[in-house]
Amino acid sequence: MEVSYFPGCTLKQTARNFEISAISSCKLLGLDLTELSRWNCCGTVYSLSTDDSMHHLAPIRNLIRVQEDGFKEVVTLCSMCYNTLKQANELMKKEPDRLKKMNDFMYREEDYIPDVEVYHLVTYIKERLGYEKVRELVKQPLTGLKVAVYYGCLLLRPDSIKLDDRENPMIMEDLLTALGAEIIDYPFSNECCGSYHTLGQKEIVLNRTNKLITEARRDGADVLVLSCPECDFNLDHRQKDTLEKYPNFQTMPVLYFTQLLNIALGGNLEDCGFELNYIDPLPVLREKGIIK
Amino acid sequence: MNKRIGVFICHCGLNIAGTVDVDALREAVGKIRNVVYVKNYIFLCSQPGQEMVSDAVKEHKLDGFIVANCSPTLHEKTFRTIAIKLGMNPYLVEVANIREQSSWPHSKQPDYATKKALKIIKGTIKKLERNIELYTQRVGLTKRALVIGGGIAGIQAALDIADGGYEVLLLDRKQSIGGHMAQISETFPTLDCPQCIMTPKMTEVAQHPNIKLYTYSEVEEISGFIGNFTVKLRQKARYVDWDKCTGCGECIAKCPSKPLSEFNRNLCKGTAIYRDFEQAVPSYPVINKEACLYFQKGVCRVCEKVCPAAAINYEDKDIIKEEKIGAIIIATGYDLMPIQALGEYGAGKYKDVVDGMQFERLLASTGPYAGNVKRPSDQKVPESVVFIQCAGSRDPETHYPYCSKICCMYTAKQALLYKHNVHHGKAYIFYIDIRSNGKGYEEFVQRVQEEEGVVYIRGKVSKVFKRGDKLVVWGADTLTGQTVEIETDLVVLASAMIPSTGSLNLASKTRLATDKFGWFSEAHPKLRPVESVTGGYFLAGTAQAPRDIPETVAQASGAASKVLALFSNEYIESDPVIAQVDPEICNRCGYCESVCAYGAVKLNPKTRIAEVNEVLCEGCGACAATCPSGAISHRNNSRKQIFDMISVATENYDQITTKFDK
Repeated sequence: MEVSYFPGCTLKQTARNFEISAISSCKLLGLDLTELSRWNCCGTVYSLSTDDSMHHLAPIRNLIRVQEDGFKEVVTLCSMCYNTLKQANELMKKEPDRLKKMNDFMYREEDYIPDVEVYHLVTYIKERLGYEKVRELVKQPLTGLKVAVYYGCLLLRPDSIKLDDRENPMIMEDLLTALGAEIIDYPFSNECCGSYHTLGQKEIVLNRTNKLITEARRDGADVLVLSCPECDFNLDHRQKDTLEKYPNFQTMPVLYFTQLLNIALGGNLEDCGFELNYIDPLPVLREKGIIK
Repeated sequence: MNKRIGVFICHCGLNIAGTVDVDALREAVGKIRNVVYVKNYIFLCSQPGQEMVSDAVKEHKLDGFIVANCSPTLHEKTFRTIAIKLGMNPYLVEVANIREQSSWPHSKQPDYATKKALKIIKGTIKKLERNIELYTQRVGLTKRALVIGGGIAGIQAALDIADGGYEVLLLDRKQSIGGHMAQISETFPTLDCPQCIMTPKMTEVAQHPNIKLYTYSEVEEISGFIGNFTVKLRQKARYVDWDKCTGCGECIAKCPSKPLSEFNRNLCKGTAIYRDFEQAVPSYPVINKEACLYFQKGVCRVCEKVCPAAAINYEDKDIIKEEKIGAIIIATGYDLMPIQALGEYGAGKYKDVVDGMQFERLLASTGPYAGNVKRPSDQKVPESVVFIQCAGSRDPETHYPYCSKICCMYTAKQALLYKHNVHHGKAYIFYIDIRSNGKGYEEFVQRVQEEEGVVYIRGKVSKVFKRGDKLVVWGADTLTGQTVEIETDLVVLASAMIPSTGSLNLASKTRLATDKFGWFSEAHPKLRPVESVTGGYFLAGTAQAPRDIPETVAQASGAASKVLALFSNEYIESDPVIAQVDPEICNRCGYCESVCAYGAVKLNPKTRIAEVNEVLCEGCGACAATCPSGAISHRNNSRKQIFDMISVATENYDQITTKFDK
């Protein structure tokens, strides 16, 4: 099945491992992620100003591309892209006057008709295939791997676009359970990773990373699984600086859910792109007998 | 046609005269056709003002008059009463509101205000010319009240009406009266236990010759109108013959089925045959069919075997009873919002996150642990308790925007009782601000803070999660600007009060007005707080909005006194300024019926012609405006009158010269 797919900038750079593992695992699920023929920046941060249509142009232009490619649905991976595209789309459905204004402004584009649906991959797999189907396709169960699932903010807020319950989300846990992993109760799954403070006030992020990884350790996790390149940068790559600042800090591998999905479905190890993970997850995966 | 019209123009001190040129106005009004007398006066509503009007009506043989003053909601009644005293039909008196509609809003444009005042008066004259004499309708009434809800509000209202000498039916869905107050451990700020202060009232209800108890019963249907309701009540199958039962409790002691106890808010188990609590009124039990082994599995029948009075009757059925009622008091109370919605506080996930009423049961001597505070998960005595106020209240984004009003006080009380129970225990209260406005309330909070050593932290909690066997509370202390982490054994959420399911059911059955949350609406927020918008229904207690026990009791007595005032009449008079149908024009479409908020307009089942119930009709005019064939008119607001007024209002007024014209 051909599925229109919007990658976004990070998935072509630092989160390349997220993209290649997603494409590979989707293929094993029978989903052919077809990259949009043309795409631009997702808009990055959804603007909450009521009089700021300009910042919605980027996401809506991307949805026009989906329309041009002849699709009614588009799948995203990055939390930020998902949040921005979905919220902008909801706004267009709700406010026809603003849609008209924006269509008029983009006079060289075809009109956007807001009937494209924006999906996050995890929702798409749940709704289109169902986790039972996924369970049937598992070749290498993740038995014995204790996983803490981390959502961050953008997949759960605001309510209008959330993937699952804001306080006790289970959608990714359910997927990983289907893959055979052992889910640990991790109450910090919707805490803040520190986000863009990683640029200006790194100390804030180091504090968060120390807290979030240490708590995951305390709760017995082997790895932390997430779906956001921003969170991944803070929680994985920033472990280097975290260790410098907090000498007792114990590191932990952080993976994209698609990397585990790819392994469980019997995909190639090269398609996981583990070389881009700062803390190497291979030792723990080997230890659990999940990879050789 | 009224042709001898008088117009009295009020200065209202400077409220009107400070803006409107009242002399120019008098002169202009004097020239209008059919006006035979015009007079200005500084305060028409004063005693001499009223006398002046009265004298002028007699002296100039007026057949109708207009007072040009303030809103008719204020003094229309004053001047219509004068007319009645003079033997004039009161509906030949009209008010031209030149204050709220002219001098106040246009205080910066005196010239315009003067001309607009003239328009208003001229229009009112046009209306009065065609006003006809109207007479109030009189209907009899049944002097018997129904009180729905047997909590403290219903109990108080029922007792007051019964003491006034009238019969009262007191209805409750539960096995016993008592409501939430019966569940409370002790009441703030005096710390009396409800067993001490409420059970005497419950007994009084049971013994009162004028009160008929309908517990374990619900309202099925209400028809009719003020003074003349017919109410169908469903008395649910009890499976115990209360005429035979002695209330000995033998069956309860021997019942082997142990469902969770609703009265104890699911903290412990009860029995399938049960009464709500030990002092239940009536004391006769009922069988919970869903939990009963006989009903579910066809075995057991232990209660039948042990009953010395042979009162068990497994064949019992719901009984529908019909009662004639004159007035209805709604005292259907509140519930607490389901705390499962408060996922950020771990509610629904962790057993040791409880709501305020569950903590009352943990404190209560009649509760699951006989008044020794233990936490639900492992019955350990909690070494510390964190109380979170405004859990779901004052939260417009995700839950309820309103303040639940009682939580600041009951949380303070609960913290105090906990400290008295567990002397070495630590109590923390997270609050937004402390609302302790009641007699003795602030002093109570100060005592809790200063003498009992309860730690008050101003700020919200962001998260509650489990670490080992402890709960960890993350919050902000906004006075120090620090984040706070507290490891604790028990978390108590002062969760938002919401209308009870009984209220919501009743509102949909009666079509009584509620606000968007489901609290019953009062007729006027300040001046008619115990009356519902619909005649004959009165409100008491938390069915209307969150409030505490003293306020509830006061309001219940207020509602009862309104019922007593109603019952002191031999008949009910209804306002005749209502809709009327011309059956010759009615085309039987039924639009009027669908727009009537009071159920007052109905198509005759035989002729399908619209008919107005003159007692129910509130005279809102919705049907008249909707009627596509023009068959419904509003008395003394006929189409002709309205169009006359419009044409007067749209005339050119430039020819009038005021002192402001330069």
